[in-house]
Amino acid sequence: MRESVVLQNLRAQIAQIEGVGVRHSVLPFGVDAIDQRLPGGGLAAGALHEVAGSPDLADDASATIFLAGVLARIDGPVFWCLRWRDLFAPALHLAGLHADRVIYVEAGSDANVMLAMEECLRHPGLGGVVGEIGKYSTTASKRLQLAAEGSGVAAFVFRRASKVEQSVEGTAAVTRWRITASPSEDLGIPSLGRPRWQVALERVRGGNPHAWIVEGCDATGRLGLSSALVDRPAAAEDRQVAA
Amino acid sequence: MTAIPDHGRRIVAAVDAGARALGIRPGMTITKARSFAPELAVIDAQPDADFEGLRRLALWAGQRYSPIVAPDAPDGLWLDITGCAALFSTEAALLKDLHRRVAAFGVSVQIAVADTAGCAHAVARHVPAGRPVTIEPGDHRKAIALLPIAALRLEADIIEGLRKLGFERIEQLIGTPRGPLAKRFGRALHRRLDQALGHAPEPIEPIFAEHLPRARRGFIEPIATPEAFAQVIGDLVGDAVEQLGPVGKGARRLDCYFHRVDGQTQVIRVGTAAPSRDPKHLSKLLSAKIETVEPGLGIEAMTLVVSLIEPMAARQGESLESLGKRGPDLAALVDALANRFGARNLHRLAPQASIMPERSAAMSPALDTVRGAGWDDDLPRPARMLARPEPIEVIALLPDDAPRLFVWRGKRFRVTHGDGPERLHGEWWRDAGVEGEQPFTVRDYYQVETVSGGRYWLFRAGDGENPSTGSMRWFIHGAFA
Repeated sequence: MRESVVLQNLRAQIAQIEGVGVRHSVLPFGVDAIDQRLPGGGLAAGALHEVAGSPDLADDASATIFLAGVLARIDGPVFWCLRWRDLFAPALHLAGLHADRVIYVEAGSDANVMLAMEECLRHPGLGGVVGEIGKYSTTASKRLQLAAEGSGVAAFVFRRASKVEQSVEGTAAVTRWRITASPSEDLGIPSLGRPRWQVALERVRGGNPHAWIVEGCDATGRLGLSSALVDRPAAAEDRQVAA
Repeated sequence: MTAIPDHGRRIVAAVDAGARALGIRPGMTITKARSFAPELAVIDAQPDADFEGLRRLALWAGQRYSPIVAPDAPDGLWLDITGCAALFSTEAALLKDLHRRVAAFGVSVQIAVADTAGCAHAVARHVPAGRPVTIEPGDHRKAIALLPIAALRLEADIIEGLRKLGFERIEQLIGTPRGPLAKRFGRALHRRLDQALGHAPEPIEPIFAEHLPRARRGFIEPIATPEAFAQVIGDLVGDAVEQLGPVGKGARRLDCYFHRVDGQTQVIRVGTAAPSRDPKHLSKLLSAKIETVEPGLGIEAMTLVVSLIEPMAARQGESLESLGKRGPDLAALVDALANRFGARNLHRLAPQASIMPERSAAMSPALDTVRGAGWDDDLPRPARMLARPEPIEVIALLPDDAPRLFVWRGKRFRVTHGDGPERLHGEWWRDAGVEGEQPFTVRDYYQVETVSGGRYWLFRAGDGENPSTGSMRWFIHGAFA
């Protein structure tokens, strides 16, 4: 009995150190296959998350809409801090993130995007804060993580044109995602079907990396996971277990 | 032309460009001027009304360009534009705007910018360039050396005396030993010279409109630390807010002047996106800029002027409201960001009715509510759009089919699926943007998917029949999710 109390205290302390203890709320994707892989059943609000595409513009576009979809399902205003001017607002609207919710901050440089994000993250009550950057340091990520923990606002660092094989330096982000385009279902005609992405959870604190093939956001920002697609990662996992 | 009485005769006070071309100069007698042009129109000068007009012009410039502005009777205006150019993106843009607007009032204007007030004064009056003149930092000595001694703002008899001694240009004065000249003409001569060369300070005492709320604190001992400034700013803001409340106004812009012991004045200016009477918020905005103040030997007084006020309803039920759940304080956040990154870098993107995709999102101020119909829910639009469409090489099987292959930035993309075309006709009534070069422009947009799954937005310029609609070349315009 005493031993379990000691263990409980230790667990609580570890959770405190890891920042898990001050979790605010959780934003589920609404797709069980993804949510059950995430501690708490979704993306933690009041924490820093990293999202990347690839140097290919289409992958960065997919990552943009992935983010817009997440933010579309959170209430409250969204601040989107930019370095580049290539974001096209009507596409965010199509993913359910409407024009009346987003304020854009053209900060101009990586350092200024960080400053703008930190300022935004000090204000509780926002839906989310996005910052588009090229590179950032571990220290900067720690500052953002602390600011997000303090206010309970979800923070997203969007690493633009990030190379897939880039060596992964440690950051304080709770999750790291990489979104890349994937061939869509062949409808048997020349037209395009619903877009598909490979959503790779490259790092998650308190969980294991995983990858899914999903269908792009609908008008409310929800990802699709058709039955044919669900089988694939699950089968891969079975093989791992068998091996 | 205007005339003023002078010792029983009338002399010319001011002339317009036409009279100047005839050789008439201020200071001549009217009789002499009439000998140049007998039909001369002469009006009595009204120095008081002139000064009042100058003061109004100064207050206007104080609102628009710089918080430190002062009239320089009879015909000049001082502006300290240190750190003010950012609002117009460059100093040249600020000068151009100032020149254009003052000229539009029907006033002939000559602008000069220099390191020292004396140099700017001299260049503005003695270099008739017709456009704003900028003396680059450090060049004021060179610039002033070539000007006549009259440019130094000296008494008429001193100038006359110097002329008799053979002094024509300021460079001669700079090179001459000071003692004998000072004995003969007094200290004013070298004080003016030192001011122009930047050896002696020449503070500009800014003027304020009387109706603006303001607060002032003088200090027995000069202060110089950021903490002390923050403390005083808090007090000043408290005083100013107390004046705003009863008249139902809120602050949109605050100027805080720091009066230095050596007579120089420095200023920090902050703006708010919505009228505010929140002392905590306003103090925070000002305090964030304290680091830009150079206290020098110390600050002996501080003045806070609410330079832009707007009606603001009295708040009701503040205490009740704050008990319940309130939304985030967007105005405070927007102000903090706008004062750091500039208000024009903070915006919403609102739907705008336009056929051309690059014009379908318009910037609007961050605190505006977004109105309008919204974007079309059916049209596919890319998440990332290139600022300018980039030309690509394509291979298509049929002329109106989506391409099978395209090359962009040296990389080959093999296309598996394609949708289109979506034909967009340019807005021929516009004279800017694409239509400026090609009024009847037509674009056929295709949405294509490559082997790896990436989706791109391509278009072909022109309708294929009429060359005036486009070159039939292919471009890439963006990428889809």
